Amino acid sequence: MADTRKPAQDFTLRIRRYDPESGEAPYWDEHTINLEPHRSVLEGILQARGRFDGSIGIRCSCKAAICGSCGVRVNGQAGLACHTHLDAALKSSRDGVIEVEPMGNMPIIKDLVVDMDAVHWKKIRRVTPWLLAQDPLPEREHIVPREAMVDVTQSMACIQCGACVSDCLSMEVDPLFVGPAALAKAYRFVGDPRDSQQFERLKDLAEDPHGMYDCTHCFKCIEACPKGVAPMNQIMRLRRRAGGDHHIEDRNNGFNHEHAFVKNIRRNGLLHENDLLTDSFGGKASPKAAMFLAKSLPVITRALLRRKATLKVALGHPHKAPKDVKRIFDVVEGRPERYDLNLYITGYDEEQSGAEEPNVGAIAGGGEDGQAIPSAPGASPKGAS
Amino acid sequence: MKVAYWPGCVSRGFTPELHGSVAAVAPLLGIELVELDRACCTGAGVLAEHSQELADTLNGRTFALAQKEMANGAELMMNICSTCQGAQSESQERLDANAEYRAHVNETLAPEGLTYEKGISNKNFLWLLVEEIGLEKLSSLVERPLTDLKVGPFYGCYIVRPADRIQITDERPRDTYLALVIEALGGTVIEYAGSHKCCGFPIITMNTDASLKQAGMHLGDAADADADCLVTPCPLCHLNLDLQQPLAEKVVGRPLEMPVLHLPQLVGLALGLSPKELGLARHVVKPTSVIDWTTTVVAGVGAQDEETVTGSSVAGEK
Ligand code: SF4
Ligand code: SF4
Ligand code: FES
Repeated sequence: MADTRKPAQDFTLRIRRYDPESGEAPYWDEHTINLEPHRSVLEGILQARGRFDGSIGIRCSCKAAICGSCGVRVNGQAGLACHTHLDAALKSSRDGVIEVEPMGNMPIIKDLVVDMDAVHWKKIRRVTPWLLAQDPLPEREHIVPREAMVDVTQSMACIQCGACVSDCLSMEVDPLFVGPAALAKAYRFVGDPRDSQQFERLKDLAEDPHGMYDCTHCFKCIEACPKGVAPMNQIMRLRRRAGGDHHIEDRNNGFNHEHAFVKNIRRNGLLHENDLLTDSFGGKASPKAAMFLAKSLPVITRALLRRKATLKVALGHPHKAPKDVKRIFDVVEGRPERYDLNLYITGYDEEQSGAEEPNVGAIAGGGEDGQAIPSAPGASPKGAS
Repeated sequence: MKVAYWPGCVSRGFTPELHGSVAAVAPLLGIELVELDRACCTGAGVLAEHSQELADTLNGRTFALAQKEMANGAELMMNICSTCQGAQSESQERLDANAEYRAHVNETLAPEGLTYEKGISNKNFLWLLVEEIGLEKLSSLVERPLTDLKVGPFYGCYIVRPADRIQITDERPRDTYLALVIEALGGTVIEYAGSHKCCGFPIITMNTDASLKQAGMHLGDAADADADCLVTPCPLCHLNLDLQQPLAEKVVGRPLEMPVLHLPQLVGLALGLSPKELGLARHVVKPTSVIDWTTTVVAGVGAQDEETVTGSSVAGEK
């Protein structure tokens, strides 16, 4: 927790300024403001606007990390201006000046205000962000198992600030990528037992070349999210449901890749890249695999020439999995239900240090499926915080 | 120091020069490697995507094997791959967080007499260099300072994010270690946009274009920032940045010719090993900007005589 007893001090903000309508290039402005260190970067910006330059563009409302309107980049990291303390921002600055920029991956309207409609909201709409209930509706209320709803609380914590979208590294090279916020929203309904279109939703997002298999697993959205939604983990759950539960064999090789990978480790214990590449495209004989190999043939030939890979490594199976690895596969894969742990829901055992910081500590686990372990110590849903 | 050593898969598959260079560098650093040859792939995140329990059980098995070595004098477990580190840290986070879950996983391991005890210390070679060996000691071992060599760090996602899992703190700013090591070896650190971004490898078969665009963009940014080469602790990044570089060039439409070194290769060069011993000839992009092959001397600016080599300076203000 920030120390609230320290007196006001000077902080210098370097604010990115840009007005596309002016026709002039973007530039930086510096202002020194005076506030207590536990106050927010947003308050700093507002003071600069009030005292020095009324033309600074910033969007905000609640000032309490609830409305999601003040997303910016502070020292290169996306987040909420109202949720970033000045002292923390000073510490992460490169040269003692707090750098504030508009979020990335979205067009700038003015200064720190980006066009959320053009990108973020368009993508959210893309995933049909409402419940498609069964028809006919049950006569009275829907009865759902508690765990199933706990499972979607993490994605429900989203406040639509767009910080994850701003920093998504896949979207940086593929603007059509559906992206972290929208895919997390998709999981909110795919994981909701009341929804009647789970298969259709999954199929749609698996087949979309810019859908759930376009995520590179870079953790950027997990770092950016001020609410512990961990969008990447929700994307992994979408994939697990699509591949594992619904066996959707998509045209993007997502299903094949995952299954080739798992098969590979089961067989070899170690990953065998060459098998993996071809199996990812549906086996050596498939036309897609042939095309990919043909495209990368010069690369592979060069690798062989440089003796990076010997033919034996490229084509043979130099390693076999130890017996107990195979046994573990059989035991775990043979369970009637997946048994997974979502630390966001269960929390940490008492002596674990992460436990005292609800939000940061709660962002955990890559690609869990939220079978909460109800009897786990400290089990209490933190999604509402 | 003795370490339980997990080399990973790629270092024994498509980047054998990585495994080889670790073996060459370790004795110079006083590291004794006890290879965990029965351990299996960490799953690289994909296994966890398929079944979290499977990934955690297989990684728990590796930890248990390492702990057996640790009972015999190994100080910790070491890996040489950002992705291994990330996948193992993820499993460890869950196994350490919850006693009931740990017991469940240990039950699966029991038939072979293996048990994972909470709290294993598992460090990437990069962390070990800074935290166990220390930068001062490392500097003192340098035989051939990387004077004038401009090196761009490339970390790999898994070793810098998420910060809490990777335990990046004020005392241990692990997301700056590559820069610290480059400086300790006498080289110049190049800052560029892509140093902490994604190489794109995980989607190479799903969206080849987007994948290569990422690799090409970072390589191009590093070239624009005047880097002679990149250095990475991740062999998967190496695959996309080096092996696939000719394809990345096509996708981004510019020549790149950017050599990419594995971290132990860079260390080995500074510690006096020959480029050949370090397998530098095996890269797809020949590291000509790094090595003057005629004299096998490290050089950003051609061959150097004895004087300029020893009269080195450390550049790279941050
Ligand atoms: S993990 Fe996936 S969705 Fe999240 S920022 Fe990275 S590429 Fe984007
Ligand atoms: S997932 Fe997190 S970062 Fe993304 S829009 Fe929602 S609250 Fe913001
Ligand atoms: S002003 Fe509402 S979230 Fe920051």
